[in-house]
Amino acid sequence: MSRLAVPKTYKLYIGGAFPRSESGRTYEVLKADGGFLANAAKASRKDARDAVVAARGAVGGWGGATPYNRGQVLYRIAELLEGRRAQFVAEIEEAEGVSRAVASAQVDESIDRWVWYAGWADKFAQVAGNANPVAGPYFNISVPEPTGVVAIIAPQDTSLLGFVSAVAPALVAGNSVVVVASERFPLSAISLAEVLATSDVPKGVVNVLTGSPAEIAPWLASHSDVNAIDLVGAGDLDWISLEIAAADTLKRVLRPESGPDAAAPALGRISAFTETKTVWHTKSLR
Amino acid sequence: MSGTSLVTARERALAVLGGEPDDATLGRYLHGFAGVDAVGLEQRAAGLGTRSIKTSSKKRALDLIISLIDLTTLEGADTPGKVRSLVAKAVNPDPSDATTPRVAAVCVYGDLVPYAIEALGGAHGDPDDGLISVAAVATAFPSGRSSLEIKLADTAEAVAAGADEIDMVIDRSAFLAGRYGLVFDQIAAVKEACRRPDGTSASLKVILETGELVTYDNMRRASWLSILAGGDFIKTSTGKVQPAATLPVTLLMLEVVRDWHLMTGQRIGVKPAGGIRASKDAIKYLVTVAETAGEEWLQPHLFRFGASSLLNDVLLQRQKMTTGHYSGADYVTID
Repeated sequence: MSRLAVPKTYKLYIGGAFPRSESGRTYEVLKADGGFLANAAKASRKDARDAVVAARGAVGGWGGATPYNRGQVLYRIAELLEGRRAQFVAEIEEAEGVSRAVASAQVDESIDRWVWYAGWADKFAQVAGNANPVAGPYFNISVPEPTGVVAIIAPQDTSLLGFVSAVAPALVAGNSVVVVASERFPLSAISLAEVLATSDVPKGVVNVLTGSPAEIAPWLASHSDVNAIDLVGAGDLDWISLEIAAADTLKRVLRPESGPDAAAPALGRISAFTETKTVWHTKSLR
Repeated sequence: MSGTSLVTARERALAVLGGEPDDATLGRYLHGFAGVDAVGLEQRAAGLGTRSIKTSSKKRALDLIISLIDLTTLEGADTPGKVRSLVAKAVNPDPSDATTPRVAAVCVYGDLVPYAIEALGGAHGDPDDGLISVAAVATAFPSGRSSLEIKLADTAEAVAAGADEIDMVIDRSAFLAGRYGLVFDQIAAVKEACRRPDGTSASLKVILETGELVTYDNMRRASWLSILAGGDFIKTSTGKVQPAATLPVTLLMLEVVRDWHLMTGQRIGVKPAGGIRASKDAIKYLVTVAETAGEEWLQPHLFRFGASSLLNDVLLQRQKMTTGHYSGADYVTID
């Protein structure tokens, strides 16, 4: 007798919890061959709004943590990813219809990339910051600080690697993020959220929405409480309009990228979501 | 609006009670009600909370909420400067939108009333005229633990300083010990202390502190007691005790107010205070008021929200409706 299939429903990840969409909508995620794979929540603009509220609440704690602490927390996620690699490999195999070797390579690269960014947490300020020479008996120091809430349209053509490549650098500097996952391959993003929920990342630091980027992105781009938007995966959308909407509230914007090198690891992805604070301090008072 | 005259209030109480308002008579009367159906009450409140209010109705509801707010600051750390900034916000809640209505009143500690009045200047007056009243908490707020003399002096001082409304706390200790006569006499005495030399009277809000009364039966008894003793408003909480205002408690108090109106023709106000932070929740209260006491209660002399952070949330919602995109905390003033 055959066993009844128990397909998993993938929910959203907002404020450390896994709610269904406020709208009650779901959509079918299909395998590469067109067969049914799973149901995923189809987020609405109100889910995006709730995610921004959660992210705003988390900025103080995460951005205020020491860079060393953030590095430790991020590295711990890489450890947990490693422990769940079989699950991620199987998901990618099914969703993208690739061989086990190709799926394994994607998971390996995702974990390596996460470790690479984790390492930068307590080092990038030394590179991006500076002690400026000034004509007076003062120290003049520039340091990068987190810009706040970063909205991300994740790359649409990969399951895990694109998601990791966009999310990790924004977290390094101490931002909290609202990510719209790949519409076609959302499952790895939610599985990664399950990893985050059981790691030391404070709730609200990462919020994951699944559904239609074309529907959600305009609300995030025009939202006054979002400080920056990474349009890396928005190449197929009307991203120029998104950039214009983002300009209305002076958001920092990263433009779409495509191809195998999209969102390649770079220090620039970290410093894109920082604000430079410059302070003066007297050198000595004799 | 000046409060009800004391003589009428006492005469009315005597007529309703059929005797002197002492412990025994009040006890018999207040314990004569059938018990509150707690499950039914909470279900009714939850049902009223499911109404969906959209677009133009929502816009009207948001404006109404603002005009019903008692913008409150009740901290030990309140300074004259804090009161001035509170008043500035009350007069002009959203500097980016001149169509935003003003709040009904500012609510401060008694000693800060002169600063509030000075800061309000020409904007001080009756909310019916688009002006802003000054409410003061008195009677050893929030605990109510002091002698009657001190409570009366506290009240008289705030009234003399120019407060239009007095928010008093009931003596929960006496109430829970069953000394209803004492609670009645104290409320009546404070009501007397609300009189001004010119014969008018400051409006009296009676805070039941429902979080400390524990049962719905107690809350209903306290509501009746406060109205019998001459309160113009019954208010849920001080905001210093959890749980503060909840929808079922407010519904229960509105039912008492409705019953009193059917019985005597007099309209008593209701003020939920503490814990109402989201516009969505505030709209549920509006629905409850309209469905229980009636739409004529949706005006500043019969219904108020005691709140501070609620105003900012309403302003954010209002901005969202005006601009079409979500707003953020950076676009409203901090308070």
